[in-house]
Amino acid sequence: MTTTLYTSDHEWLAIDGDTATVGITDYAQQQLGDVVFVELPKVGRSLKKAEAAAVVESVKAASDVYAPISGEVIEANETLAAEPALVNSDAQGKAWFFKIKIADKSELGGLMDEAAYTAHTA
Amino acid sequence: MPLPDDQNSLRQTPLHALHVSLGGKMVPFAGYDMPVQYPTGVLKEHLHTRAAAGLFDVSHMGQLALRPKSGRIEDAARALERLVPQDIVSIAPGRQRYAQFTNADGGILDDLMVANFGDHLFLVVNAACKDADEAHLRAHLADDCVIDSLADRALIALQGPKAEAALAKLCAEAPSMTFMDAGPHEVAGIKCFVSRSGYTGEDGFEISVPAAEAERLTRMLIENPDVLPIGLGARDSLRLEAGLCLYGHDIDTATTPVEAALEWSVQKSRRSGGMRAGGFPGAGKILAHFDNGASRRRVGLLALGRAPVREGALLFADQAGGEPIGKVTSGGFGPSLNAPVAMGYVPTNLSALGTKLFAEVRGQRLAVQVAAMPFVKNTYKR
Repeated sequence: MTTTLYTSDHEWLAIDGDTATVGITDYAQQQLGDVVFVELPKVGRSLKKAEAAAVVESVKAASDVYAPISGEVIEANETLAAEPALVNSDAQGKAWFFKIKIADKSELGGLMDEAAYTAHTA
Repeated sequence: MPLPDDQNSLRQTPLHALHVSLGGKMVPFAGYDMPVQYPTGVLKEHLHTRAAAGLFDVSHMGQLALRPKSGRIEDAARALERLVPQDIVSIAPGRQRYAQFTNADGGILDDLMVANFGDHLFLVVNAACKDADEAHLRAHLADDCVIDSLADRALIALQGPKAEAALAKLCAEAPSMTFMDAGPHEVAGIKCFVSRSGYTGEDGFEISVPAAEAERLTRMLIENPDVLPIGLGARDSLRLEAGLCLYGHDIDTATTPVEAALEWSVQKSRRSGGMRAGGFPGAGKILAHFDNGASRRRVGLLALGRAPVREGALLFADQAGGEPIGKVTSGGFGPSLNAPVAMGYVPTNLSALGTKLFAEVRGQRLAVQVAAMPFVKNTYKR
């Protein structure tokens, strides 16, 4: 069973065992507007928590997507790179950015659950 | 001009309440609280303007009248020629021309539109420069002209292939106007100044309307299902695709009209050998640039990949090593091209169409190519 957690920078992580699937929240895509470009991390790259891992660009501006936790990138969503507008239509579903092998589960402690994230964006 | 950081100190246009009621996302711009987009979104607003018609509130821009004290319009035109490198004298009544205020170094203080309204000149200048422009006019032209700031007027732009039909319902003369015609016309019975011009590369109109009537007129125009309100976000991507300069970004006090590739806007009469050659601030440098060329030039840039190349990106001649050879001054995603578009300054010897260059984005050098502007063919009604 998966648990979804959130960062204050509007990334979401779906935790399944020692794998986390990472994307940006629906709130974030609404703020960004029409997404036209996504740059994803290479598979095999080792990410440190809070490091810039991916880039999402709307018509208006470029924004970094940070690694919410440390770990190795095990998959990147190539469908998203080809079809960036998926971020607007399904931010918390098909528009996941990358999957990461969690290096240190204790880092999950600092993340928000859905109720806390909803309050954060209210 | 420094932007006030307190939202409450922002000025509002006469259409502010309408923007809010239409769901406009309001942001500070040049001291005004302006809609960057509506719920439609920047991408669709952009595409709608090119497919049908968009309505833009540009009331933050400055509108001025120059009235000759002698009563002779040529005297106002000759006076204004002391501040711009354009031929103002030859603007026929009912016509408009693009111009720049230059400084003693040949740089550009602002760009503007100048229309001949028969007994006076009508000027439209940039919002962020309008106070400085007015002071500049008063400092140099007060002996010859009465300078009226038309602060009680709003300015709306109606742009796109369906703009003519939309305006024709309210202004019977609109269809007979051609590109850069400008003059007083009644629109829905309201005394307006209408020009057939704009900032999108599309056919369209700009309508100066008394502030008190602005919302009523705008509501009548957007009642038409072909006309959507469009925010500043799409205004920027539309003008970028059209290859049009944004003051403070693509042109400023450090760029001459020749470096900015605006030679077309300087008529022969003001160039070396012309009937009224020179006589404007910075003429020595600007005419030398005309005669001998400038060392750098504003060019269009198309990225070969999908990543947008934005303002400030450094340009290089080679994929690795070397010093920057130039800089991107405007850039983003062009919705109509469905590709990244940019413009910037490069050395003249690297400005030929097709020249391959590299733009540094997030530490990587992305391939770009010097490309003709406009990126999207303009549809002006000549």
